[in-house]
Amino acid sequence: MTKEYKTIREISGPLIFVEKTEPIGYNELVNITLADGTTKRGQVLDTSDDIVVVQVFEGTGGLNRDCGVRFTGETIKLPVSKDLLGRILSGSGEPLDGGPRIVPEDRIDINGAAINPYARLPPKDFIQTGISTIDGMNTLVRGQKLPIFSGSGLPHNEIALQIARQAKVMGEGEEFAVVFAAMGITNEEAQYFMQDFERTGALERAVVFLNLADDPAVERLITPRLALTAAEYLAYEHDMHVLVILTDITNYCEALRQMGAAREEVPGRRGYPGYMYTDLASLYERAGVVKGKKGSVTQFSILSMPGDDITHPIPDLSGYITEGQIVISRELHRKGIYPPVNVLPSLSRLMNSGIGAGRTRDDHKPVSDQIYAAYAEGRDLRGLVAIVGKDALSDRDKKLLEFADMFEDRFVRQGTDENRTIEETLDLGWELLAELPEALLTRIDNKYIDKYHPAHKKAKAGKKE
Amino acid sequence: MKNKGEIYRISGPVVIISGINTKMYDVVKVGNEGLMGEVIGIEGDKSTVQVYEETSGLRPGEPVENTGMPLSVELGPGLLESIYDGIQRPLPVLRETMGDFIKRGVFADGLSREKEWDFKPSVKKGAKVERGTIIGTVQETQNIEHRIMVPPRVSGKVAEIKKGKFKVDEVVCVLEDGTELTLMQKWPVRVPRPVSKKLMPNKPLITGQRILDGLFPVAKGGTAAIPGPFGSGKTVTQQQLAKWSDTEIVVYIGCGERGNEMADVLNEFPELEDPKTGRPLMERTVLIANTSNMPVAAREASVYTGITIAEYYRDMGYDVSLMADSTSRWAEAMREISSRLEEMPGEEGYPAYLAGKLSEFYERAGRVDALSGKEGSITVIGAVSPPGGDFSEPVTQNTLRIVKVFWALDAKLAQRRHFPSINWLNSYSLYSKVLGGWYNENVSPEWVKLRDNSMELLQKEAELQDIVQLVGSDALPEDQQLTLEIARMIREYFLQQNAFHEVDTFCPMDKQYKLLKAITTWGDKAQTALESGVPMPDILKLESKDELAKVKFEVEFDKALKVILDKMEDEFKNLRSV
Repeated sequence: MTKEYKTIREISGPLIFVEKTEPIGYNELVNITLADGTTKRGQVLDTSDDIVVVQVFEGTGGLNRDCGVRFTGETIKLPVSKDLLGRILSGSGEPLDGGPRIVPEDRIDINGAAINPYARLPPKDFIQTGISTIDGMNTLVRGQKLPIFSGSGLPHNEIALQIARQAKVMGEGEEFAVVFAAMGITNEEAQYFMQDFERTGALERAVVFLNLADDPAVERLITPRLALTAAEYLAYEHDMHVLVILTDITNYCEALRQMGAAREEVPGRRGYPGYMYTDLASLYERAGVVKGKKGSVTQFSILSMPGDDITHPIPDLSGYITEGQIVISRELHRKGIYPPVNVLPSLSRLMNSGIGAGRTRDDHKPVSDQIYAAYAEGRDLRGLVAIVGKDALSDRDKKLLEFADMFEDRFVRQGTDENRTIEETLDLGWELLAELPEALLTRIDNKYIDKYHPAHKKAKAGKKE
Repeated sequence: MKNKGEIYRISGPVVIISGINTKMYDVVKVGNEGLMGEVIGIEGDKSTVQVYEETSGLRPGEPVENTGMPLSVELGPGLLESIYDGIQRPLPVLRETMGDFIKRGVFADGLSREKEWDFKPSVKKGAKVERGTIIGTVQETQNIEHRIMVPPRVSGKVAEIKKGKFKVDEVVCVLEDGTELTLMQKWPVRVPRPVSKKLMPNKPLITGQRILDGLFPVAKGGTAAIPGPFGSGKTVTQQQLAKWSDTEIVVYIGCGERGNEMADVLNEFPELEDPKTGRPLMERTVLIANTSNMPVAAREASVYTGITIAEYYRDMGYDVSLMADSTSRWAEAMREISSRLEEMPGEEGYPAYLAGKLSEFYERAGRVDALSGKEGSITVIGAVSPPGGDFSEPVTQNTLRIVKVFWALDAKLAQRRHFPSINWLNSYSLYSKVLGGWYNENVSPEWVKLRDNSMELLQKEAELQDIVQLVGSDALPEDQQLTLEIARMIREYFLQQNAFHEVDTFCPMDKQYKLLKAITTWGDKAQTALESGVPMPDILKLESKDELAKVKFEVEFDKALKVILDKMEDEFKNLRSV
């Protein structure tokens, strides 16, 4: 049994300062016993011969200087087994569903270790989400981390759920699991997710970690790490393809800032700690595919941009770590278009390795480039039209303007249960492009125009007859 | 000297040790597992150490040992084709010893101690050698001859020189004073390797990327920065540079970047073929990969590790290009460590010495007369990732004060899928003038003029666009509409380049010249036709114009271009005025 200390010197926010201890390890897990016998857990943030700083996960409410502090001698570990699937756990890993405790096959340090870049396999397996703006324009691949940049009041939850429902790798029936980690979302939102998981039967192959809005903020710092540890375990020990949904990263960062302030650290931009980049990287980078392992971890996080500001430190730093982003647009949402994905600032950095002949279709890249270019120009023209009126436009510009409208209405818009295959998406793209004069299709090699352009296809079909 | 002590305090990667004599930047082994760290501050009998590995579980009181040596890299044959982490541990070796995930407390030699190299001496017994003198060679890879040099600080007369197969740590040469020389030397990464003289750059670095070579060239031995908000194609541009620039050695530092992207580099490089020799590109490449979730102190060191290796090859007389992706991540590592040290922060929390560190690093670039008597160069291309695309932030600003070339990546262009998305209006190169003579001799006397005219057109286009935004293009006079059209052709036909297209990915200088010349010729002819009264729509309808758009993708470019030029000639002849 480890020694119990009753030497708390100071309690400040979520931190307690303990003195006169034996040597205590950095990052060690700490158990704190209150006068009424309840226990709280914490982690060592700073340790020296004189004083040990502990952050308390369940909050310091009810703590006083008489509490007993026990250092467990080990870092925080998650008990894992395949039985995790179907379970609902709290933000610190305790069962919430009334079920028994997990009988562990193994206990894994939740901080994880960095994957040796040399052991990584570059992600290249196309994941079909059934959403045209993602599959066609910002393709997701296995092992990628692609967050949704959204804002308050936008339907990011619906989109995340639609992806969780529809996502599949073409032509394979491999084991698939969802790990869902809620950080500081409301009970209502959590219910919404749970109901959908239950409705679609997804819960059986899901592990859920819930840290709700009224749970202690500091717990949020471990919730995503528990989730990712569970995901890595399922992926690398049980060969499953795991989709991790973390929501909401912004709440996580707020908790990080709160802890930084409590520790009286020198703040960085907008009060967020200077190490936020590294800290976020330690979450996001736990996506990937490892050479010689069958499973994979794909991350699909939700991040709500404060004030829809993409230059805010949270989306900004995330964008530097993740492999692109799906940006939800308030403008499209107001127009009543679902899913309101604005493809222009959206990006999938791994798209090029996941598309093309043998993966999706040979014309995928040129078609997507062409749609991007035409839509970008069409949207710019809208600004011009507002000033000079539509009649002042050249024919070419009018066509582009119409293209932008059609694109939003037919390509972007789809139903919450509409699951388009990649062929359908690309063919739809061609249908729209066919409305433009052929001379404008400068991004597409002639051979593809010949093969896929509806007019050419028709002509060919005509010849055959 | 007391070289053993114990841990006093641990806070993340910063560890304070006591009861030990240290010098600044000494490497110490921390804790029972012997984690590598570096002394970065001394106060009383306590020293502050940044530890290159994860510190979880470390306790006060664990032992610390001082190696008494600064952080050094091993320089010798075997560097090429290697993939290192930030402190020169070979990643493949780490994977063998500790599996797919990076664990700690594992030491690995930078250079293989097993491999034997065939050493051919080039000096004889009794020869006088000085620091930098080449004493022999080793064929490191098929096309790179590794020149074994006398380490700086050593000189004397050769007492014995051997020939044959040796491992890197075996003695190949003994000097009269008893100094033993091996194939390998060590050098502290934070100290620039000495040279005999720094020279002015006078040759462009040919990258095969039209907007870079054509409009904003960097000289061999120069410095360039690529700042770009995320999603603007920075990484692809850097990888293209690594693949195609005409230097003999490439050092690529992935500093705090994405694991998957690094994996892509690590997988792709070994498969790439060197366009000049047909051999794998890896045979002349050193990769340093330190992803964003690997320890932050090693990230800080990775940039120095890279440039020291680059200097070593420069000293042999090679042209080296060094890509650092990204220096912002490096600066952030400095910031993070500085804040753990509770130093007084400067702008935006960066340490006050940020500018100094950046300029020290870029100053290690340059064309030099090396101590070996040969001429070599290091071209440094640093990526900067300004938060929120805001170029006024400290890292970008301090970088721009030093570098001579600025390739301004533009997210807006990327959104339009204009690649490489380098903004032609905001970018600059201070080498354009210096390199003029080279272009006259090696490309064409017309080149500089062609380039300047094109730049002027693009500038004019930007001005006209402001008007078009207000009144629409139809309201412009016809000659200005034509200007817009020609500028568009320059942008789309010349500046846009597809890195993933097998032909277009690399464009030699000669082809760049011919392509730009053809576009300009079309423009001049159109101008003349317009002046002689041919209606605009007739000119715009010419097929040769649309064909020019795709000629860059042709395998047989010269042949295809000739067909188009002939057609152009015909078409313009047949145009009639009204």
